[in-house]
Amino acid sequence: MVALDAPRERLAGDRRHLGRALAVWLLGLLAVLALLSLGHGASGVSAPRVLLDWLAGHEIAQTDRVVLFDIRLPRLLTGILVGAGLAVSGAIMQGLFRNPLADPGLLGVSAGASLGAISAIVLGGLLPPAMLAAAGWHLVPLAAFAGSWLAMVTLYGIATRQGRTSVATMLLAGIALAAMIAAVSGLIIYRADDQQLRDLTFWGLGSLAGASWVKLLAAGPVIAAALLVSPFLAWGLNGLALGEASAAHVGIRVQRVKTTAILTTAAATGASVAVSGGIGFVGIVVPHLLRLLAGPDHRWLLVNSALLGASVLLVADMISRTVIAPAELPIGIITAMIGGPFFLWVLLSNRRMLDG
Amino acid sequence: MKLEARDIRLHLGRSEILHGVDLTARAGQLTAIIGPNGSGKTTLLRALTGEITPTAGHAMLNGRDVAAMRPEELALTRAVLPQQSMLSFPFTVAEIIRIGLTATHAGQGSESNGLIRAALSRVGLPEHAGRLYQELSGGEQQRVQLARTLVQIWHPVGRDGPRWLLLDEPVSSLDIAQQLTVMRLAAEYAGQGGGVVAIMHDLNLTAMFADHVLLMQEGRAVAEGPPAEVLTDHILSGAYGCSLQVNHTPPNGVWLLPQGAAL
Repeated sequence: MVALDAPRERLAGDRRHLGRALAVWLLGLLAVLALLSLGHGASGVSAPRVLLDWLAGHEIAQTDRVVLFDIRLPRLLTGILVGAGLAVSGAIMQGLFRNPLADPGLLGVSAGASLGAISAIVLGGLLPPAMLAAAGWHLVPLAAFAGSWLAMVTLYGIATRQGRTSVATMLLAGIALAAMIAAVSGLIIYRADDQQLRDLTFWGLGSLAGASWVKLLAAGPVIAAALLVSPFLAWGLNGLALGEASAAHVGIRVQRVKTTAILTTAAATGASVAVSGGIGFVGIVVPHLLRLLAGPDHRWLLVNSALLGASVLLVADMISRTVIAPAELPIGIITAMIGGPFFLWVLLSNRRMLDG
Repeated sequence: MKLEARDIRLHLGRSEILHGVDLTARAGQLTAIIGPNGSGKTTLLRALTGEITPTAGHAMLNGRDVAAMRPEELALTRAVLPQQSMLSFPFTVAEIIRIGLTATHAGQGSESNGLIRAALSRVGLPEHAGRLYQELSGGEQQRVQLARTLVQIWHPVGRDGPRWLLLDEPVSSLDIAQQLTVMRLAAEYAGQGGGVVAIMHDLNLTAMFADHVLLMQEGRAVAEGPPAEVLTDHILSGAYGCSLQVNHTPPNGVWLLPQGAAL
C-alpha cells in the first residue's frame, strides 16, 4: 500500500478549492445583486427603507407592498431561476457533446419552445372560448413546454438507436430540426395581426417584464427540479470528457447519464423560454468563464454555473430597466450585446483548445 | 481466477469480424494478444471489457459473464487503457486521474491525493499532477491514462478476487525507457496476483514480459501458449505474412533489443 504522506498537503492540479471558493463568492454576489434588484425600479420604492420601516414596527404601505411583493419579487425570482436554468443547461449540454460551444439553442429545444409559444399567441384565438378561458395565463407557457418537449422527443428518436445516442447525429439533427421549426414559426407569424406581431417581437427578444406569480408558479418548479438534478450528473459528465467508452469503463452508466442530461436540459430550457423568451448567450458564456477560472470539473462547474447565471441575468435585467427608463429594453438585447463580443473573445483566445 | 473468451463471434453489419475466438488469461500472468493489423485484437479486447456484446459466445471475468455484470461491478474488477484517448476540456493531470476513482467513491477524500501521487510516480511522471493534460506529449498522455486505470483498481487482488488491467497497446507511443517502465509495471501487477491482458505490437517486449501469448490472424486465434511455443519461425511467418526468424543474430550492422536494457 502507498504511504499516504501528508494528506493535508494540496495536490498540484487539484482545483477543487478554487471551485469551492468561487461558489462562496458567487453566492455572496448573488445575494447582493438580489437585494439591489429588489430595491431598484421605475417606481422609486426603496426596499431597504421599507424593510427598516417594517422592522421598526410600521405597517407597510399598500403601494410599497404591491411594488415589492407583486412586481419586483416574482421578477427577481424568475430572473434567478431563468439565469440559473439557462447556464446549467448550457454546461450540461457542453459536457454531453464534449464541445464547449454546444448550447440548448443549438439543439432546437429553444426553437421548439418558441414555436409552441408563437402558436399559442397567434392561433390561440382559434381555440374554443371555454378552453381558452380555462387555460388563461397558462396557455403560452404550456404551449412552449409542449414545443420543447416535442422537439426533444423527435430529436431523441432520430439520434438514438438501440439504446445508444450518437452525439454527432444528434447535433446535426438538432441543427436541421431548429431550421425546420424556425420555418414553421415563420409561416405561423404570417397569420399574426399587428398587436400579435408586437407581442411576438418582444417575447422573442427575451424579457422578464411579464414576470408574475402565476407564470413563476407554472415554470419555476420545473426549472428548480432540473437544477436539483444537475449535480448528480457531475461525475458522469466528467467521465464523458474521456469519451463514451472510457466513461463506461470507469463505471459510469453512460446511457442513463445521457438520458438524464437530455431531459434536464429540455425541462430547464423549455420552462425558461416559456417565461422569458429568447435570452441567448448565458448558456455559453457563463460555463466558459467558469472553466477559465476553476477548470472544467463538473462537480463545481454545474453549481457555479447556476449561481453565476442567475447573477448575470439579474445584472442584465437591471441594465434593461435603466437604460431607457421609464421604458424597458428587452433583456435578450443586453445579453446578446454583452455576451456576443465576450463569446468571440473567449473563442479567439481558446482557439487551440477548440481545435483539439 | 481467469478472464476467458469462450467461442466469441462478432458480426459488424453482414461481415463476421471474430470467428469464434477462445482465450484463457490467468490472474498472476501477463497475457499478450499479438497479430498483424486488422486481425481483430482490439475487437476481442472490446468484447472482453464488456464494451461490445458478442453475437455469440461469452466473455467470462472471474467466472462471471461480463454481459451480466453492472458497470460499477465491472469498473471495480477491471480497468481499461484505450489505444487513443480524446479529451474535450482543459483538465489537469490530477483531475483526469481522479476520474478513475469514480466507481470506488474514493475520489472526494484527502487520501485520494496520496493515491494519485503514487500512481503518477509509478508511471514515471511524479511532477506532472498540475500540468494541463492537453499540453503533454503523446507519450506523457498515455502514461497519465495508465495512471488513471491504475487508481481504479489499485490493489491487484480485491476481496472478491483478482483485478484486471486490460491494455490496448500500452507502449505504442513511448520511447524505449518508458516502454520498459510500463511493461515492468504491468508485470509487477501480475506478479502481485492481478491479471494483465495487453495487446502488443512489439514482439521483443512480448517475448520478454509475456507469460502467455494469443496470436490472432483474420479474426481467429491461430496459436495460444507460452511465448516459447507461440513465437516460433513457422507460426510467426505464417501469421504476419513475411519470413521471420527468432533468435537469429544478424551477422553485421547495428541492432538493439529491449532485452539488453535489462542486463
